[in-house]
Amino acid sequence: MSERPKRPPTKLVPVPSVNKIPERDINKAPILECQHLGIDFGGLTAVNDFNMAIGRTEIAGLIGPNGAGKTTVFNLLTKVYQPTRGTILLDGVDTHNMSTVQVNKAGIARTFQNIRLFSNLSVEDNVKIGLHNQVKYGMFQGILRMPKFWKEEKRAHESAMELLRIFDMEDLASHQAGSLPYGAQRRLEIVRALATNPSLLLLDEPAAGMNPSETADLMDNIVKIRDTFHIAVLLIEHDMSLVMGICEGICVLNFGEIIAKGTPDEIKNDPQVIEAYLGKKREV
Amino acid sequence: MNKLKKLSPAVRTNYLTYLGVIAAFAILQPLAMRGKLSPTLQGQLVPICAYVVMTLSLNLTVGVLGELSLGHAGFMSVGAFSGAVAASALQNAIPNTGLRLAAAILIGAVFAGVVGVLISVPVLRLNGDYLAIVTLAFGQIIKSIVENLYIGIDAKGLHGAFLKPLTSLGEGGRMILNGPMGIPNITKISTFLAGFVLILVTLAVIFNLVNSRAGRAIMAIRDNRIAAESVGLNITKYKMMAFVTSAALAGAAGALFALGQPAIVASKFDFNTSILILVYVVLGGQGKMWGSIIAATFLTVLPETPAMRGLADYRMLVYAVVLIVVMLVTNSPAIKSFFSRFKKEQESETTKGGEQA
Repeated sequence: MSERPKRPPTKLVPVPSVNKIPERDINKAPILECQHLGIDFGGLTAVNDFNMAIGRTEIAGLIGPNGAGKTTVFNLLTKVYQPTRGTILLDGVDTHNMSTVQVNKAGIARTFQNIRLFSNLSVEDNVKIGLHNQVKYGMFQGILRMPKFWKEEKRAHESAMELLRIFDMEDLASHQAGSLPYGAQRRLEIVRALATNPSLLLLDEPAAGMNPSETADLMDNIVKIRDTFHIAVLLIEHDMSLVMGICEGICVLNFGEIIAKGTPDEIKNDPQVIEAYLGKKREV
Repeated sequence: MNKLKKLSPAVRTNYLTYLGVIAAFAILQPLAMRGKLSPTLQGQLVPICAYVVMTLSLNLTVGVLGELSLGHAGFMSVGAFSGAVAASALQNAIPNTGLRLAAAILIGAVFAGVVGVLISVPVLRLNGDYLAIVTLAFGQIIKSIVENLYIGIDAKGLHGAFLKPLTSLGEGGRMILNGPMGIPNITKISTFLAGFVLILVTLAVIFNLVNSRAGRAIMAIRDNRIAAESVGLNITKYKMMAFVTSAALAGAAGALFALGQPAIVASKFDFNTSILILVYVVLGGQGKMWGSIIAATFLTVLPETPAMRGLADYRMLVYAVVLIVVMLVTNSPAIKSFFSRFKKEQESETTKGGEQA
């Protein structure tokens, strides 16, 4: 892992709101901007006053101890839950009242902490389902096997293979998704999310259960995805080598509130972050 | 041959299923023409085809969409009565029996499909057990409606009445559907050939649907609803697509069945029939179309054979026991691992083949 070329340090600069995004993205509006986002479950405030902006091509990290509300933020962004307070601007458009399906069509794709593949279907079909909204033919054209069907299916097959090639998975195309090893299932979920042609990719613990060399490959691949597709990535991760290695902006969440934001170097030395992770030093 | 090997296993199974059906027809049809079949079996040919189509269509809901439907006979009923009424009404308009049968089957399918759309609006908001219970209630509702429906025809066209017998028929008019008495005199126009064609059409519709964009979406919803939503699939739309297709095919089967019977009554398509077809699906294997065909054929023929005739009263009991045994056997870890051993060997062979190529 030490052979990895060091990435040039990113400088975060403020956008008109209270947020910061990488300097190279400053000429374009942030892809995602959350303003005072919050949700209550009954009397419990799970997330409160969550403010965050992500640049067009930023790789951002969302970290925090267990139960801090990280996955809840993902569920708010993808509208699994409707937020109680605040606004989410995706590419400048308010996603208020959008459904999960609409948010996906608008450009957010995600993976899940506990893998959710279509496990009885083949790897290729999983990716093709991700491509669903880009494959254009109707039910009857499919049943009657009209020329449009063959043309579109051929195109879908080619794009699916191309996407699988990112992770060198094209040999596995005909395998059943549920029978893949754990690491491959995680990668397939990322490919499926990418297939929906997102502008923001949310990864929920992509390196969970991977060994160090798999994690190193994953890091390279996340950067490769960003560079090839020119999209933003927001990831939740507990593996600090991954977070500190590739994230440009990091946001630390504890008990549903942001306790620190900044570049990896700033976060590493933040006393509040150290306290949240390691506890307070006992006063003698 | 090489081309066949290159196909994915699923597609190969589909082709073999078509071939099996064609082979069975090629053997049975000449025998039936020469009168070599026993009279019982001869009379069973059309019902077998109808039950095969019914089972295939229910397998689309249960195996492919993954929702339990306990009212499938309701759609068969809609198809049977609308098809039989249509055939009777078109008697003079279309003298050719083959064409009239085709028209009746089409009308049966359309009516059942429309009812499927109406039902799916409330039903598809539900999941699992709740959906099953509502479909069960739907089956009963259809039965009650048909039992209170009176349809007659005269020179001016079709007349209908609900809840009270029809009195407004003009001169020379005749009743077609007579409430609880059903349709008492049906001209038999269904043939084994028509049944065979309907099975092939059903198979083509189901296989082509499953191996297309819509089919993938339907199976994705079955496998993981939350993930399906996250990749932008409209859940209700695809559930409805599967449900309505299944209903329309059941309607076609109903029309075929009705036009092969001397008379039909609404109580023929009750809860027991729905369960019977569900048993065929489960015994044949959920999602396995060839299994559905074999299960439906054997379980329709078996009770009518002389040896089994004595057990006729215990039919449902026997099915229940068989169902329990199948469930226990297919879920037993010992037996599963026994079969998976064969599967593994096959898989390693296919990967070897891939490397050589």
